[in-house]
Amino acid sequence: MALNPEFVGKQYPDTAPYLIGREKVREFATAIGEQSPVFHDLAEAVRMGYSDLPAPPTFAFVLTHKAMAAAMFDPDLGLDYSRVVHGEQAFEYRRPLVAGDEVVVTSHIADIHSRGANEFLVTQADVVSLDGELIVRTRGIIASRGTAA
Amino acid sequence: MNVGDVLERSAHVERINLVMYAGASGDFNPIHWNETFAKAVGLPDVIAHGMYTQAQLGTLLVELAGGDPGRILSFSLRFSAPVVVADDGGAELDLRAEVVAVEEGVASVSMTARSAGVDVVKDAVATLRVA
Repeated sequence: MALNPEFVGKQYPDTAPYLIGREKVREFATAIGEQSPVFHDLAEAVRMGYSDLPAPPTFAFVLTHKAMAAAMFDPDLGLDYSRVVHGEQAFEYRRPLVAGDEVVVTSHIADIHSRGANEFLVTQADVVSLDGELIVRTRGIIASRGTAA
Repeated sequence: MNVGDVLERSAHVERINLVMYAGASGDFNPIHWNETFAKAVGLPDVIAHGMYTQAQLGTLLVELAGGDPGRILSFSLRFSAPVVVADDGGAELDLRAEVVAVEEGVASVSMTARSAGVDVVKDAVATLRVA
């Protein structure tokens, strides 16, 4: 079934506030094999000018994938989950996320298009502090294989 | 940071790395840890999270940025093939990042990631503040 193009622009509710924890940053850095001291050593992070440990650049996806899932599992959109793959991922940083940041993700469907037999769902998800500072803007593309009309 | 600067690294990926990434990221899709499930949905075997691969390239960007993630301005790529992680032997991931331009204090970086002889990402690019 083809995706409904009228969903372009649809907003999803903000995610619940998420408090980035110092040990979560260390756990994530360890899981990806990131050994740079700034992600593990508080003194080094402070020396570089951070208030606490900064998170590695792709950590933002830990927060934004929930927003992407909201669109993916939107029953009205008509995406067949068994046919989807993560096609593209882009990040634009105003600054790194830092332990102690409390953030929400605000998201909308930025585009729906097709190429050949495949359809592409583009979600923009912004990681925003509770006082409204945009920290990271992300664009994720989900490819739906073989569903174009 | 100068045009032509190159960083290369090989990462050995085992199932345990995907389990750790699943836990750390909250992405528990069974195609990344359950071989029976992965094969049932038509995959050759368990595959790595695409974001695990992007995170590996991210470690090169941090190194190019002198260890400061605050110098990374943008980072994007397309996933073009899965990284297949066998129970016996895992997978090798060959990563490369090259500074291709420096203009007005911003370096453009082009990256590749290959596994089992194929490019697993395409159009992998980033911009970094030079200082």
